[in-house]
Amino acid sequence: MKYTLSVLVENQAGVLSKISGLFSRRGFNIDSLAVGVTSDPTVSRITIVANGDEYVVEQLEKQLNKLIPVIKVKRLIDGEFISRELCLIKVHSPAAKRFEIIKIAELMGAKIVDVAANTITLEYCDTTEQIATLTDLVRPYGIREIVRTGTVAIDKGKSTVS
Amino acid sequence: MISGADIMVKCLQAEGVDTVFGYPGATICPFYDSLYDSDIRHILVRQEQNAAHAASGYARAKMKPGVCVATSGPGATNLITGIATAYCDSIPMIAITGQVKSDLLGRDVFQEADITGACESFTKHSYLVSKTEDIPRIFKEAFHIASTGRPGPVLIDIPMDMQTNMIESFDYPETVNIRGYKPNTKGHTIQVKKAVEMIRSSKRPIIVSGGGVLSSGAKLKLQKFAEITQIPVLSTMMGIGVMPSEHPLYLGMLGTHGRRCANKALHETDLAIVCGARLGDRAIASPDQMSERTKIIHIDIDPAEIGKNVTVDVPIVGDMNNVLRSLIESIEDYKIDDEWDAEVKDLKAHYQSKISTFEGYVEPRTLIGKLSSMLKRKAILCADVGQNQIWCANNFKIREGRFFTTGGMGTMGYSIPAAIGAKLGLSKRDVVVVCGDGSFQMSLNELSTIVQNDLNIKIIVMRNYRLGMVRELQDNMYNKRHSATILNDKPDIVALAKAYGIDSVEVSSNEDAEKYIGKIVESDKPFVLVCRVHPDTPSIL
Ligand SMILES: Cc1ncc(C[n+]2csc(CCOP(=O)(O)OP(=O)(O)O)c2C)c(N)n1
Ligand SMILES: [Mg+2]
Repeated sequence: MKYTLSVLVENQAGVLSKISGLFSRRGFNIDSLAVGVTSDPTVSRITIVANGDEYVVEQLEKQLNKLIPVIKVKRLIDGEFISRELCLIKVHSPAAKRFEIIKIAELMGAKIVDVAANTITLEYCDTTEQIATLTDLVRPYGIREIVRTGTVAIDKGKSTVS
Repeated sequence: MISGADIMVKCLQAEGVDTVFGYPGATICPFYDSLYDSDIRHILVRQEQNAAHAASGYARAKMKPGVCVATSGPGATNLITGIATAYCDSIPMIAITGQVKSDLLGRDVFQEADITGACESFTKHSYLVSKTEDIPRIFKEAFHIASTGRPGPVLIDIPMDMQTNMIESFDYPETVNIRGYKPNTKGHTIQVKKAVEMIRSSKRPIIVSGGGVLSSGAKLKLQKFAEITQIPVLSTMMGIGVMPSEHPLYLGMLGTHGRRCANKALHETDLAIVCGARLGDRAIASPDQMSERTKIIHIDIDPAEIGKNVTVDVPIVGDMNNVLRSLIESIEDYKIDDEWDAEVKDLKAHYQSKISTFEGYVEPRTLIGKLSSMLKRKAILCADVGQNQIWCANNFKIREGRFFTTGGMGTMGYSIPAAIGAKLGLSKRDVVVVCGDGSFQMSLNELSTIVQNDLNIKIIVMRNYRLGMVRELQDNMYNKRHSATILNDKPDIVALAKAYGIDSVEVSSNEDAEKYIGKIVESDKPFVLVCRVHPDTPSIL
């Protein structure tokens, strides 16, 4: 089972290592982790996407809550939140293929941010699933490099994590 | 103007600390210099690990955080085992380490060790001080965190320049406010109600109590709860002492090295009321089977312990005092089934163990039983790790005293320094150590601390010339291949103790052992009694 946790933490040195250490120590696997400061500069928000069964998630929430700099942990409910990930994909593109790749980008709503003699770089911001679709589509041309931010997520409607 | 080091001392005083355990070195010298002028007693141990263990013994005796101090690098890393032990055993502790100057941090200079990083997974929290102004807040928070909720060690790493910097003035905060730390102590009313209903509808309930009952100071409430309801009580190793050992409702310690009647009762119960115990693998070998067999109410201050090892029917997060008070209030008219009562009494009578003896040796289990009655009612027994620990756990008869051992971490060498802490905390109590010949040799250097501070601690060494417990494991699981578990007959412990200035004899019969114990309990000097124990003496029956 895949789950998404939103964690509010004190914005201080060392907090991230406490959290990532906790995951590795207890044998929990993280798919992605994204950190950024919130509207309150003393608080950062970490979005964690990880895999595990119900027991694992519950343990994880409790262990996270035990960390002193962790202010709040919330498990986001499937279907009730929006998630986005940003990725940059550098695709091999000889002149003959350039048009095809541009077409795919248009179709998927990806932005072309750099074009060079033999490469095109796409910027794409969407869900993890959509990113997978795009990468599948451009893979046949040859992906030179791909870089992703990890997922950030926010509740739908008026619900917040605070 | 006031220096960071002076502030540290003032913070300790503000927290009511009268004793600290430690070992100096260059980066903690400013603090030691300030300490020199203060009324705080510093106990110089002989190795930093023992400063932490002594702080643990002190904390358990005084029911408040113990403080240990070490220098940076090797001093700090020597503390690690002691800190980890306190973490596993849920002991409130403040560990203060010196650190290299802040502008040198991260450069791998002389005696720099990333101690907050190293202790990450076994401190409740840690601080690396980066501003002298922060010291009062950090100390206030550290004592608060260490002593509230589930107790544990908090590490404060202080670079040398933070100690020497001068600031305007000292102001100790009156309150703490940590957004991410608000332990829930109340005990949810609905959960308590559910628990009461479950108890009422159970036929064969049992109470399993752990160290949490002792550290929350709720042992009398637990006794009361058991007495009104007549529910029998088991304890984990850390919970030994929650009931007087001879209490009619007490069945003893459970688990792999526990009493058979206790394990049998746990097997027969239909409702286990688990109080302040984490139910680790030594207590409950097969948690899944247990959850299938019986309903479980789990009361703990640490929500992360509930449901971690066993599946629970009614979880209650809260302070043991509050929860037991609510339980007692709502269950006054309840009593257990006569049938279960009779069955438990029967179990208890039936599983009285017969002990076999070896001619020419001390029988340790009988001796420990006897020892209990020769000490004052409130005596503190510090048991080490190994067979000696199990002999004590199952045979020492606690009346109003205490039993200090490391049930969570099982760190050999704990007993002697823990006894030093206990004696300094409660000087009027009888404090007795029981250790093995292996564990004795892990902290025998502290005999020197005992002598220097004129501490009346009696040490009983169970000399089987073996790392007995591991050897027993090899007997049972490794085809009697005694790989690395045989100790030789050196050192001569009696001569060694005398070299430290402590009187000592070796005995090889219970009669002689008792004769000497009778004598030494009357004296106010430390003593080392070496008991020759046959290597084939088993841990349990
Ligand atoms: C620091 C440490 N090292 C190793 C062990 C593993 N261990 C557990 S019991 C034991 C033997 C203890 O020997 P001794 O102190 O002589 O006690 P005995 O079992 O003989 O009574 C050992 C080596 C441990 N618990 N702690
Ligand atoms: Mg031994």
